[in-house]
Amino acid sequence: MSTALLASSAVPSAPDFPILTYVILLPLIGAVSTALVSRRRPDAAKALAVLFSVATAGLAISMLALFETGEAGYQMVVHATWLTDPDIAWSLGVDGISLWLVVLTGILFPIAMLASKPHGADGQDDKQYFAWLLLLEVGCIGSFLALDMFLFFVMFEIVLVPMYFLIAGWGHDDRKYAATKFFLYTMFGSAFMLVGIIATAYLHARGGGPVTFALPVIAENQGIIAVTTGRWLFLSFAIAFAVKVPLFPVHTWLPDAHTQAPTAGSVILAAVMLKLGTYGFLRFGLYLFPEAALWAAPGMVTLGVIGIIYGAICAAMQKDLKRLVAYSSVAHLGFIALGTFSLTTQGIQGSVFQMMAHGISTGALFILVGMIYERRHTRQIQVLKGLQKPAPIFAAVFTVVVMSSLALPGLNGFVGEFVILQGSFLTRRWWAVVAATGIILAAFYLLWAYQRVFHGTPDPENADFAELKIGEGLVLAPLIAIIVIMGVYPKPIFDRIEPSVTRLVTHIEDNTDYKQPRVATEGDEIVPESERRTPDSADQAHDTSGEAAADDQPSEGGH
Amino acid sequence: MQDLLFLIPALPLAGFVVLLFLGKRIGEPLAGWLATAAVGASFLATVAVYFDLQSTPEHERALTQTLFTWLPVGGLTVDLGFLADPLSVTMLLFITGIATLIHLYSIGYMHGDRDFTKFFVYLNLFVFSMIILVLGDNLLVTYLGWEGVGACSYFLISFWFESDANASAGKKAFVTNRIGDFGFMVAMFFTFSALGTLNYQQILVSSPSLAATTATAIAAMLFLGAAAKSAQLPLYVWLPDAMAGPTPVSALIHAATMVTAGIYVLTRMNPVIALSASWVPWMIAIIGAATALFAATIALAQNDIKKVLAYSTVSQLGYMFLAVGSGAYIAAIFHMVTHAFFKALLFLGSGSVIHGMEDEQDMRRMGALRKIMPITSATFIVGWLAIVGFPGFSGFFSKDEILLFAYEKSPILWAVGVVTALLTAFYMSRQVFMVFYGKARWDRPIEEAAPELAAEREAAGITGGHGVGPVGEIKPHESGWKMTLPLMILAPFALLAGFLNSPFVDDGKFLEHWLEPVVRFGEAHATSGTGVKIGLALVATVVGLLGIALAFVVYLKNRQDLAEKIEQPIMAKGWYFDSTISAFMDGPGRKAFDAVAWVDKNIVDGAVNGVATLVRDGSAKTRLVQTGYVRNYALGFAIGAIVLAGFILTKAVYS
Repeated sequence: MSTALLASSAVPSAPDFPILTYVILLPLIGAVSTALVSRRRPDAAKALAVLFSVATAGLAISMLALFETGEAGYQMVVHATWLTDPDIAWSLGVDGISLWLVVLTGILFPIAMLASKPHGADGQDDKQYFAWLLLLEVGCIGSFLALDMFLFFVMFEIVLVPMYFLIAGWGHDDRKYAATKFFLYTMFGSAFMLVGIIATAYLHARGGGPVTFALPVIAENQGIIAVTTGRWLFLSFAIAFAVKVPLFPVHTWLPDAHTQAPTAGSVILAAVMLKLGTYGFLRFGLYLFPEAALWAAPGMVTLGVIGIIYGAICAAMQKDLKRLVAYSSVAHLGFIALGTFSLTTQGIQGSVFQMMAHGISTGALFILVGMIYERRHTRQIQVLKGLQKPAPIFAAVFTVVVMSSLALPGLNGFVGEFVILQGSFLTRRWWAVVAATGIILAAFYLLWAYQRVFHGTPDPENADFAELKIGEGLVLAPLIAIIVIMGVYPKPIFDRIEPSVTRLVTHIEDNTDYKQPRVATEGDEIVPESERRTPDSADQAHDTSGEAAADDQPSEGGH
Repeated sequence: MQDLLFLIPALPLAGFVVLLFLGKRIGEPLAGWLATAAVGASFLATVAVYFDLQSTPEHERALTQTLFTWLPVGGLTVDLGFLADPLSVTMLLFITGIATLIHLYSIGYMHGDRDFTKFFVYLNLFVFSMIILVLGDNLLVTYLGWEGVGACSYFLISFWFESDANASAGKKAFVTNRIGDFGFMVAMFFTFSALGTLNYQQILVSSPSLAATTATAIAAMLFLGAAAKSAQLPLYVWLPDAMAGPTPVSALIHAATMVTAGIYVLTRMNPVIALSASWVPWMIAIIGAATALFAATIALAQNDIKKVLAYSTVSQLGYMFLAVGSGAYIAAIFHMVTHAFFKALLFLGSGSVIHGMEDEQDMRRMGALRKIMPITSATFIVGWLAIVGFPGFSGFFSKDEILLFAYEKSPILWAVGVVTALLTAFYMSRQVFMVFYGKARWDRPIEEAAPELAAEREAAGITGGHGVGPVGEIKPHESGWKMTLPLMILAPFALLAGFLNSPFVDDGKFLEHWLEPVVRFGEAHATSGTGVKIGLALVATVVGLLGIALAFVVYLKNRQDLAEKIEQPIMAKGWYFDSTISAFMDGPGRKAFDAVAWVDKNIVDGAVNGVATLVRDGSAKTRLVQTGYVRNYALGFAIGAIVLAGFILTKAVYS
């Protein structure tokens, strides 16, 4: 039954080669092999791990070639039964929403590894560090690809273990506290989600559907579950995802975890793991419980907007550069939450785009901050000064990333945030307007931090700050290139996101009485031919402008 | 020709890319020549487009080129497209033309600077962004250029980043402009949600269907954007500080081009302003007039040669807003063009003076430079006569045009404009007399020549840096040809640009006929008779001459007592407007931000840690769970989850 439904939403010509299985298995094999390398060969462990992650990136990018643009459903579906009653399956698929997250994960892991120096005692622990990272990649990619709720939960939880050990084992001074806090906080959320998953499957079966954890099957039959129950179930998922995103007020694990984690940990945490939460909202919140999502939307967009402003203010006042970047994530993820729960195709597409854009820019920022720490052994803003003088190229790269983060048009951050705001404006006008003030605050805290760290005359400690090395430049170059390309020519990305997002919004419209506001196209339908402004009617239009203005605007003002 | 529009922005972009990657290798001065050539070629391309447009019938004067789809998001489709029509081509001609001259000038001015090539990297990027701003065929592409010029302005103001003041000025400019960008963005949201498009030509076609409230919202939010970019009250505060950048930057970005972007956008969207509630044009006119007067009073008491020009720019931009608010879009663009010429000329002239004065910027240390810097002083005097509106000079025509429309809007607005004209004539004459005439105050050490200035600097602890000349005797000299040639080219334009829109014969109104298709929906038409027009022109002329005469008495006849009465300290401090804002931001503003951070640390996170402590203490008492192993916590959570699952299930199943 479930297989039939899955197949119906899948592209008929799915390749025989189960690429999705391999993109998960490859880092797993890598993790095991890296763990088996001799302790005395840390360099070999690193090389092997990088090799595996590069191969995984290759697979992830080749998914782009196999992906059918314009297709809304799951593609490259892999389905292998695990248990029959209840039906739990190794069920994987990719659509426009998850595609770019997998690509992002694939690209960032090798970069994070290359930017890493685990600094274990004589490198004996290095292999564990890299093995944990590869296992982390398994969990991340698995979560994005899983089409079975149970499988998703397993992958979602797998992620916690390596991240815990990465923070606790290779983190900074306060690592034990941060790691435990991170673990407990996330487990707290996950507990609710586990309840939600089991209850959803159970209630679905009890309502007459098959006993299954298959996401597409349940989503298609979600009307079985009573409205109030659906809202409770939505909340149980929402708590888990809200912690992960993180949304205000459950964000306080993030600054500690990000700051204390080693560079690669911070990069992956911000760039990929936070997206498990925003992705979860789309895949489980909106898709499984459209009615509840609509019901919760006012609250969720409010939390998103609070996050934007609150995160920005907190970021401004941080004394630790890494903590500042961490709080900036709270603000940026607030935009994603706003776009997601605007429930418009523009808002959601912007959110999906912004997930990738934030991953690249914040990943790059954490790498740069890591490089500053390696050189100066401090992250305190007040101790750093005038670094632009000894290291102009380093400063230039930092500037580009900062500009991307503060949403300068032409770079990736702007595209995502503008589309999100424009989309949310259609349904949540005043939320969007308040959220737009976030761009003022972003400019303030980022440029202020840049000024304190890079401008001014360097004192002796900062005067011989080492310039960007070639190896470091090579690690950052792909990120800078992606920042520019995504900002100038985002069309290929949106073309692949759009069908799946449109399908998701249609799914919500089909299952609720919500209709997203119609957007006028090119002005054609709005203005009757007789009222058009043409050069000949110039004087006439001028005279009658007052009357013409009396007609109301055509778009429906939201719900 | 249509397909070659992209060349206009592409050439400076190519210059930027080449210099970014190879600049260090190319080195001084070749990098500067390359950048100049890139912008000069862009100017030639614009001239070609101009002649192409000129040869087409009036109502078909619009060339468009779409490069690719920038944002394809559901109903929101935005192309990276260009629109060359009379308005954008007018802007482009003076932008690329003046930019070429300033590039050339910079080769001389920036000679020997450690970051010579970097300067030209930024300059080319700026010109590219400015072209995109003007040439974009929709609001979002304009916004791309709008923020692009803002970023370049930030880079160039903090160009000499070693000084904290410069770095702060750059940040201040960017953040203040972001307040305006917020307005611009919200205006785009309203436009798109009402019309489904951001394209200018489609906005023009479909604007009749706009509700008045929507049109009002769009116009008001766009004005917020324009007020920040074009330095109007209360958002002007960044512009005087922006003088921290190198002088060619002040001339190019903060006088001639970027700051006019606000006027441009309002002119471009004139059909929407025409539909908005009448309080929006009134607000624009009133803020414009108020800014013009306010900035002029501050300029009276400035001693820094560039600060005078900075406040003068704010004041002149106020005139342009007064024009826009009065529906006189053509007059606004006319004044924008003439202002671009004479203000670029004045700034470059001041740069030449600073260069010759060994980096000294304070006018109290200058005087009698006329003979030593003949070219600089002659051209500066042309710029001075243009800005004070001396009959026949360009500013005379464009300012009169604005005052006429202001008079028709309201005699009070006109009166404010006339008083501003008086002040303008006074402070500009003061500058010319203090710099080029009178007694030399540079031929002796600073304590003897300008004791007041020396005491001031000693009190502030200023010993050097950009803008502070040597303590001993200064030996001024005329600048080299790379700096004087642009002055000599700009001077005739500053003199003659008024004849672009000569009021004497109707055929002489070239600019009006040229721009008419673009502004035909919003443009007001003057109804006053010839007698009133001549009367107004006479008043403006007399007032201008009066200002010059007053300055002559006070500063050349050395009436120190009068000077002290006029140069009130409160005006020198800019009416404490800026410092009040700064004090507020550093005081209560900062405390409020700190309070939020405190709440986050102690209350939001404190609650979480409090719960954790409670759990731990409880556990410690029973000594059962407190093992310190994460796996035990995990087990606890798993058990808890299962219990909860069971609970919810039972409730759900049996309720």
